[in-house]
Amino acid sequence: MTRRLLAVGAAVLVLAGCGGAAPAETDPSPARTLTVFAAASLTDVFTELETRFEADNPGVDVVLNYGASSDLAQQLVNGGPADVFAAASASTMATVTDAGLVEGTPVVFARNRLQIVTAPGNPEGIAGFADLARPDLQVVVCAPQVPCGAAVERIETATGITLTPVSEEPDVRSTLGRVTTGNADAGLVYVTDVGSVGDAVEGVDFPEAEQAVTDYPIGVLATAPQPELARAFADLVSGADGQAVLAGAGFVGAP
Amino acid sequence: MTAPVRTRDRHEAAVGLPRLLWVPAGLAFALIALPVVGLGLRTDWPRLPELLLSEAALDALRLSLLTASCSTVICIVLGGPLAVVLARGRLPGLQVLRSIVLLPLVLPPVVGGLALLYLVGRTGLVGQGLELAFGITVPFTTAAVVLAQTFVALPFLVVSLEGALRTSGQRYEAVAATLGASPALAFRRVTVPLVLPGLLSGAVLAFARCLGEFGATIAFAGSLQGTTRTLPLLVYLARESDVDAAVALSLLLVVVAVVVIAIARPRTVAS
Repeated sequence: MTRRLLAVGAAVLVLAGCGGAAPAETDPSPARTLTVFAAASLTDVFTELETRFEADNPGVDVVLNYGASSDLAQQLVNGGPADVFAAASASTMATVTDAGLVEGTPVVFARNRLQIVTAPGNPEGIAGFADLARPDLQVVVCAPQVPCGAAVERIETATGITLTPVSEEPDVRSTLGRVTTGNADAGLVYVTDVGSVGDAVEGVDFPEAEQAVTDYPIGVLATAPQPELARAFADLVSGADGQAVLAGAGFVGAP
Repeated sequence: MTAPVRTRDRHEAAVGLPRLLWVPAGLAFALIALPVVGLGLRTDWPRLPELLLSEAALDALRLSLLTASCSTVICIVLGGPLAVVLARGRLPGLQVLRSIVLLPLVLPPVVGGLALLYLVGRTGLVGQGLELAFGITVPFTTAAVVLAQTFVALPFLVVSLEGALRTSGQRYEAVAATLGASPALAFRRVTVPLVLPGLLSGAVLAFARCLGEFGATIAFAGSLQGTTRTLPLLVYLARESDVDAAVALSLLLVVVAVVVIAIARPRTVAS
């Protein structure tokens, strides 16, 4: 009998553990939590802004959830709890605004553009967008379904040059990974992604990138549990401090 | 062959089950079945034919069936003999060998894909040699998809066949030997027919695993329509832009999976 009770007790404990600890259990103080959903390309910038925001607002814990903008938008539409959403394209933000989940109108706080990424020293001598169509090169791009791939498509339409990539990756980081691991000769990623990996790759600017500049909108969610903090965070991002950090990471300022 | 099995089942059922088992058993069933129902509820049925007949979907289906078939054949040709060696071979360290063969079952597939990438990728040990000697690059090709699928599916065939070999024992082969059959003849005429059901169910399992392969493929082979973008990869990508298409394709994979299980099940029960 005792043994059976022990077994049941153990099972209950394991199940309780699987459920995950509620925030209230981990943090006994009545601190406020601000949940921010942000595009993966904002990782470095928002992590820095998180520190700043927490210093300015004692007792506030900023929880950041990074991911592909389209994934985050789907999570929000399906009831994911968040205060702020910062997307890497206007269309992914539109998914959330169309569902009536954003308070007011989202503000564009930064812009990003594509850059050619090659192995360090650019051994294949790639000078511009047209070179990417060379048949001897293994080129990777993002799939047209994601923002960085949609940008490639716009440049192809504008220039009339069609690329024949060896792979269309599901997100910008895996495109970059193909080049950093040496499996592709060149790829098209955001200029901020090139900056984030340092000397492992080399970035090559090309003028046609201006044809497909991506907007980054930020919005406070209508269902935000902390609407005031959410507005303050959005203000920090689009304000002078936020813009300085964004510029440092290679983003182009808000229009 | 199946008739005695059925009678035994009926006899065992007469013993009765502890009633308490029904609750967790029901929960377990619901956990598997309900998400599939959810998928059905979310499906845009009027648009279904259009979504499934898109060029991207047809390319992915064709590629999935082609690569899964190739991988299954390779699994049989290479995994079959490996199962025989594991079940009947007398070799020191066979136990260690068996554990290594099981590795893809336990590893996250994406880890398998990375491992393949660092072996046969352009900068990998074997990949560099292939490129220098033959000018061949493996990643981003259909062959890479087949390699990734074979890697993850091999243990399914090996384990299933090894089990069949162990349960069938070696008595008939011993008799064949006393009658003057060479090991090769006894293997061909006695062993193979005996374990054929086990081989078939193993092959169906391997085929199903190949069809569902995602992690190793995306990490190693990349994603390009008609070349490397199999159905699971297309589902993952479609999710980004067209949820209806992703759900429709998921439903297609569920249907294929049900067909595969329907083919494989009777044999699994019989063996």
